[in-house]
Amino acid sequence: MSTINTGVDRRKFIKVSALAGGGMLLSFSWLAGCKPSATEAVATLPKEWFNFNGYLKIGDNGLITLMSPNPEIGQNVKTSMPMMVAEELDVNWKDVLVEQAPLNTDLYKPMQIAGGSNSINASWQAMRTAGATAKQMLKQAAANAWKVPADEIETIEGKLIHKASGKSAGYGAFASAASQLPVPEKVELKKISDFKIIGTSRKNVDAQKIVTGQPLFGLDYTQEGMLIAMIVHPPAFGTMFKETDISAIKAMPGIVDAFFIDVYQGERQWCDVAAFNKLLAIVGKSTWQVMEAKKTFKGETVPIKASTEKQDVFGQQITIITPNGFESTTIHKQQMAANANKKLRLVRKDGNPEAMFKKAASIIESSYSCPFLAHSTLEPMNFFADVQEDKAILTGPVQTPSFMEKSAADRLGLPLDKVEVNMTRMGGGFGRRLYGHFLVEAAVISQKMKAPVKLIYTREDDMTDGVYRPAYYATYRAALDENKNLIAFHVQAGGIPESPLMANRFPAGAVAHYLAEEWDIPTNISTGAFRAPASNFIAGAEQSFLDELAEAMGKDPIELRLELFEKAKTNPVGTNNDYDIDRYAGVLKLVREKSGWDKPAPAGVHRGVAAYFCHKSYVAHVVDIITQNNKPVIDKVTTAVDCGIVINPDAATNLSEGAVIDAIGHSMYSAITFTNGIPEQTNFNTYRLIRNAEAPKKIETHFVKSDIDPTGMGEPSGPPVIGALANALYKATGKRYYHQPFSTENQTPAKQPLG
Amino acid sequence: MYELTINQKKYKVDAAPEMPLLWVLRDILGLTGTKYGCGIAQCGACTVHVGDTAMRSCMLPVSAIGDKPVTTIEGLSEKGDHPVQKAWLAHDVPQCGYCQAGQIMTAAAFLKKTPQPTDEQIEEAMNGNLCRCGTYVRIRAAVKTASES
Repeated sequence: MSTINTGVDRRKFIKVSALAGGGMLLSFSWLAGCKPSATEAVATLPKEWFNFNGYLKIGDNGLITLMSPNPEIGQNVKTSMPMMVAEELDVNWKDVLVEQAPLNTDLYKPMQIAGGSNSINASWQAMRTAGATAKQMLKQAAANAWKVPADEIETIEGKLIHKASGKSAGYGAFASAASQLPVPEKVELKKISDFKIIGTSRKNVDAQKIVTGQPLFGLDYTQEGMLIAMIVHPPAFGTMFKETDISAIKAMPGIVDAFFIDVYQGERQWCDVAAFNKLLAIVGKSTWQVMEAKKTFKGETVPIKASTEKQDVFGQQITIITPNGFESTTIHKQQMAANANKKLRLVRKDGNPEAMFKKAASIIESSYSCPFLAHSTLEPMNFFADVQEDKAILTGPVQTPSFMEKSAADRLGLPLDKVEVNMTRMGGGFGRRLYGHFLVEAAVISQKMKAPVKLIYTREDDMTDGVYRPAYYATYRAALDENKNLIAFHVQAGGIPESPLMANRFPAGAVAHYLAEEWDIPTNISTGAFRAPASNFIAGAEQSFLDELAEAMGKDPIELRLELFEKAKTNPVGTNNDYDIDRYAGVLKLVREKSGWDKPAPAGVHRGVAAYFCHKSYVAHVVDIITQNNKPVIDKVTTAVDCGIVINPDAATNLSEGAVIDAIGHSMYSAITFTNGIPEQTNFNTYRLIRNAEAPKKIETHFVKSDIDPTGMGEPSGPPVIGALANALYKATGKRYYHQPFSTENQTPAKQPLG
Repeated sequence: MYELTINQKKYKVDAAPEMPLLWVLRDILGLTGTKYGCGIAQCGACTVHVGDTAMRSCMLPVSAIGDKPVTTIEGLSEKGDHPVQKAWLAHDVPQCGYCQAGQIMTAAAFLKKTPQPTDEQIEEAMNGNLCRCGTYVRIRAAVKTASES
């Protein structure tokens, strides 16, 4: 057991409690109105609920409601986070209901955000403490009534038991009394070996609603008198709308109004990315009518001026350069490959790499690249807004509600406490909904209409509006001596508009002479974080290069990595090496064992391996490729993961499988390309996402058993699989795959890659 | 005015003839289980049954339905216990969940016509439905389970 400060004082608790009992839940009546998500068949609802803290309520009949504070984008935090509270509260999971918490930055720490695979890791202590605190208060209430010491009372799955006196009662019996007690300053947390819920697979609490089509998503939200709004943005990046006559649109069937809006005015926060600040808004009575009206608009645009803007990103001053002009993919590719144009920044240098490359017996060099990508959440961007004179209610899918609340308040001219943001379940996030301009747009439109509106993006709006994964490029070089020993390593990476370099990650620390440099090229195409930012490219490039290096050195690719880890351990180079050697090597060893790597591969099976560390978790994959009808097919992916304690194993497995398929899909098939500033892909007929028959036939996921604090699984399994795929493709086809999407590289009739 | 039979209930709908069934369901009838994903019949999120056939409601004009009965995810089973729904729960398929109504409707229509499918037939049948979260392996397993029930 460990003792932990609850960090709650009595005065603050009362405030929180009052808020929790007041407007908090009632204000979100659309979601609260439907029966809360029950894990299984639930007994009748209690007559009265008692609030303990923002995380939980206990009913007079012992039923428990747990609040899930963070946005749900499909990473299953709505199940996994409450599991941590339930564990310490010590209740039976079948007595638990789960509700999405409202946005309350005072109450839910550290942050109600879906990003960086951080929800589980960051809330591990807070969630457990919330459960343990309430349990302690229940024990105290029972102790007071039974006139026995509180520390003699035990709990078992929602029951309070005092063995010596033979007294026992359910939590419901003392919920009222306990909820009025002072909050203990210190509470005990369970030993890991005593966990009954954490580490066991629990089904998605919303699954029943999902499979029966209940309204859960922002796009499903509705309110009496609500109008439908859509936007039109200019077709080409590097341009902006000129305000023109739109009276013809206003006269179309079902159209209530149409007008131009400026999304942002004045300073922007980091999450206020919007390439097109002036938009046409069309408001009408039904989605179809607004869609039809939208098609008729032929806007006029003017070129944008180049600009430079300073922005505060989590305390760091960033300069954002937006050039003017019309950009094209052919030019981008030339720019990225042309070393002469790059202004290099030295990021890390160990030893004397230049000298070692001069005296090398041989040098291996390879370059890798990837294109812009559209996040393509299957639920397009949308948001509901009801902006009145003195307040605004904003409901919908956003990964950064606490940030966007500020953006909306600033833009609307309302005090922050008059803007209420409610979170719906999201039809995918992948980083796209970190950038909530659509929330501001909905709010601006509602304010102008003086009516509630739901803003909906068409798929085409969603795909051509920007906030893309940046395009990246990296060149790796390795110097070998005459005995094929690795003597120096050089990585030079960059992108449009940012570098993907992670200079202190492996193999930094394992090579005595190491050089890492980066560069970037500004763009007027807007970009943003995309699931496992930067890692989603650099991991695959690095891990493909290590495969090539192992081959040149005549070594098994897993052996080479393990030897490098051994060097980093016994004779580390530099002090700033961003990985835990044993955990990194651990996943490689586990995947070697589980995939049968050391045994000869069955006839016709071609294997590739890769491992990576990002977002605090370690993952290794072995990809098995077979050939069917002269085409390579992924027969199996074997995955080894070290994410510390696994909260909900089947959910973590699902998320890891998804990340694997996501990364394979994008590296094989997807690209956004440009001609004269215009994205050439507008919908899923031209933008390729991986489909069912192209996904691996099997995925086997294995977790390292661990007592280390849990880390998130939203991202880490994706990046390395691209390397394992490229390495397996090489074995299957005899060709290295350097440039994504791989399906269009090396495309000759004889050697066609997957699908 | 169109008279439609949806989930065994009769509705009178006042809509333009070219309005796709998807928006009739979502905007006029409040049946939001059927999802909008692409609007061009590429993603399958809007899949419903017209008669026994799985169709993309986003490109199906309301005027083309005639007297054929329409089934949406809300009407697939009375209590959410269709074998496909049960299999989806057993395999805990959904991540974000947005595409899953369309996946389930595609699977249910497929299994009605092909009660004992091979793995290849399952892949082929489900290939038209995109899942951006990548739950494809579980989708296949759930269809298989449903076919065995």
